[in-house]
Amino acid sequence: MERIPILRMGRNLLVTIQVDMHDQLAMTLQDDLTERIVKDRARGVLIDISSLDMVDSFIGRMISNIAAMSRVLDAQTVVVGMQPAVAITLVELGLDLAGVRTALNVEKGMALLTTLE
Amino acid sequence: MGKGDFRVERADDVPLGNSEDVVRLRQAVRERAIGLGFSLVDQTKVVTAASELGRNTVQHGGGGQASIEVVVNGTRRGLRLSFRDQGPGIADINQALQDGFTTGKGMGLGLSGSRRLSDEFSIESTPGVGTTVVIIRWKPF
Repeated sequence: MERIPILRMGRNLLVTIQVDMHDQLAMTLQDDLTERIVKDRARGVLIDISSLDMVDSFIGRMISNIAAMSRVLDAQTVVVGMQPAVAITLVELGLDLAGVRTALNVEKGMALLTTLE
Repeated sequence: MGKGDFRVERADDVPLGNSEDVVRLRQAVRERAIGLGFSLVDQTKVVTAASELGRNTVQHGGGGQASIEVVVNGTRRGLRLSFRDQGPGIADINQALQDGFTTGKGMGLGLSGSRRLSDEFSIESTPGVGTTVVIIRWKPF
């Protein structure tokens, strides 16, 4: 089955979404990440969406769910690299990703995770 | 000039049976939007609206079909997207158009959000017969 790879870097998990995700793939990523947080005892999750040229309500909900689930599992989530056109569209669509921490790029996201630990 | 007063230049049909078809739809809409010279923000808006409405067709309509048309109105050009299903239909359209209204597992932003992302939006639905949603996004002058 098609999957999005999850990499471990120390106490953090790193996901780079590089494909146009269909809904089932997004659901699988949500499940896989939740399992890996527990299995790897991760303290942080960094999701790089710089390659995504669109975030609709389904993908937005997946991002919110991952942030909420990781919080419950004592880990922090930071979403990085959102393209400006995606951000404009997301807000007009009606999504504000409340409760999701964001950073401009991977480097800043990693720095943020370090301060959150 | 009346609302439907334009001609169709090109059209593609995309079947919508599952969530992978929605990805194909997004790619087809993106291609047409680029071809029309839409800005990156306008491309993103119309592709996102297409994704929301395509998902509705799959999830709530039990599948159906989308058509992507390049429309011309005088000197104005745009993309018209139509979504048709023969699903259960929507009993209360006004309620369905409200933010946060959902019958499924979504966030209830599909219809209301795609309406905000479009220049023109129309919906026709008959319970037991099906639903058709049509949106247009014009390229700004």
